Amino acid sequence: MTAMPRFSSQPMERRPSRSWALIITTWLFVGVPLAWGVTQSIIKSMALFH
Amino acid sequence: MLDILDRKYSVAGPGYNRWLVPPAALAIHLCIGQVYAFSVFILPMTKLLGTTHSVPGDWTQSQLAVIFSIAIFFLGLSAALFGKWVEKEGPRKAMFAAASCFGSGFIVAAAGVTLHNLWLVYLGYGVLGGIGLGIGYISPVSTLVKWFPDRPGMATGMAIMGFGGGAMIGSPLAVGLMKFYSTPFSVGVVETMLTMGAIYFLFMMFGVFTVRVPAPYWKPAGFVPDDQPHKLVTNANVLADDAWKTRPFWLLWVILCFNVTAGIGILEQASPMIQEMLLVPAATKGIDPANTTAMAQATAPLAAVAGGFVGLLSLFNMLGRFFWSSISDYIGRKNVYFIYLLLGSVLYFLIPIAGRMGSTPLFVGVCVLILTMYGGGFATIPAYLRDLFGTMQVGAIHGRLITAWSVAGVLGPLLVNGIRDYQIAHGAVGVERYAPTMYLMCALLLIAALCNYLVGPVDSKYHVRVKDLGHVPATELQLKGK
Repeated sequence: MTAMPRFSSQPMERRPSRSWALIITTWLFVGVPLAWGVTQSIIKSMALFH
Repeated sequence: MLDILDRKYSVAGPGYNRWLVPPAALAIHLCIGQVYAFSVFILPMTKLLGTTHSVPGDWTQSQLAVIFSIAIFFLGLSAALFGKWVEKEGPRKAMFAAASCFGSGFIVAAAGVTLHNLWLVYLGYGVLGGIGLGIGYISPVSTLVKWFPDRPGMATGMAIMGFGGGAMIGSPLAVGLMKFYSTPFSVGVVETMLTMGAIYFLFMMFGVFTVRVPAPYWKPAGFVPDDQPHKLVTNANVLADDAWKTRPFWLLWVILCFNVTAGIGILEQASPMIQEMLLVPAATKGIDPANTTAMAQATAPLAAVAGGFVGLLSLFNMLGRFFWSSISDYIGRKNVYFIYLLLGSVLYFLIPIAGRMGSTPLFVGVCVLILTMYGGGFATIPAYLRDLFGTMQVGAIHGRLITAWSVAGVLGPLLVNGIRDYQIAHGAVGVERYAPTMYLMCALLLIAALCNYLVGPVDSKYHVRVKDLGHVPATELQLKGK
């Protein structure tokens, strides 16, 4: 039997997420490696300005 | 157990915040963007037998450079072939498939290195990894467009920015791991590939289990779809099988292909170009060319400086993906492509002028601006497709359009290197080695600008009608007014 798709009767943003900590943690999970990569790239590109 | 990957289990429940979706998409794109950093493996892989230097039987650089081309070719092929499957099964299953292919691609390639079987490396990183790239690249696009109908350019720009950033993580990570694993008897490539395969698989799993699709008819708080949309923004939908029968699809195909080819014109030869046009003439000014020792001493540090230039290009390539695609939400897709293509053609024309002036700041400034628009071209195309073809199968349509990237990725380097070799063979030096390529790129961008001018609304005969929807998942039935 095929499960019925769930419907949202109202926009979700009117029911704020229980945990902003989850959003911050999620962004940090991808943001930290990205920031590390960007930093490495900036350090490497410094050679251009010496 | 794998049922958890089904689309029906990934429909967002009440309270789910849509800002959790972009990190899920970024987790995928940050990993698969590693492909741009594959070149860091090439030199160590030419010394697998000799360890400290290449010996007879070791692979050559040209044999290994093919791996990247195979991966990009299979990226386009798999995105085109599996696009409809991705739409049908949803982002979670597609991301899982991408993680499995990309992660196992590293493992098979490591087996190929261990057995010193180049075909196994081609099969692993090139074919299997390339399929992972294609599925992974398109998997979050459709979902993001549906979560952010108010700002689709910004949303897809965030994800595709990750693809640009992936190289910035992948390159130092691979270099650091090879340094860690290397011994007097091994360059550490096998262990590095196994470690990276595992790390990337796990990181992509984070995306798999974080991503959600919105419930049907969901819309952001306060968002009211424009009932009288602009000429080029439709509320209708076009199926992927019909999209490529339309003129706008092929016009966008040419635009993407030429924009990517032009970007390759810079990326492919960035390091030799800045050295031969600017750095070497400046460093050797006043030195007698016959004095080879003094010439060698003066030019020795220039490779590192050129490496810094390449790093700067990668950074601006990434930033441009987010910046320009976000701007497109305000000024429109067609206008932002006019900026890429017309301003881009002027900037390509300026490169030889900057070289003849000997102005490094002008040269670097022009190149980084071009690279922002190269990245922007990639990042804005999903939103352009959404405007013209609707949201229903935008991921699958995007997948088919990516074949333009594959064509440019294979033909672009051939064209660019062919012109440079021809110029060198005919005695050209310095700026003149590169000027014809830059003028050609300028012309390609002007042709692409003409194509952009010709882009118009899709003929309404291709719009989806209710009777066409037999095979389209129920969760996709977001057809306004039908």
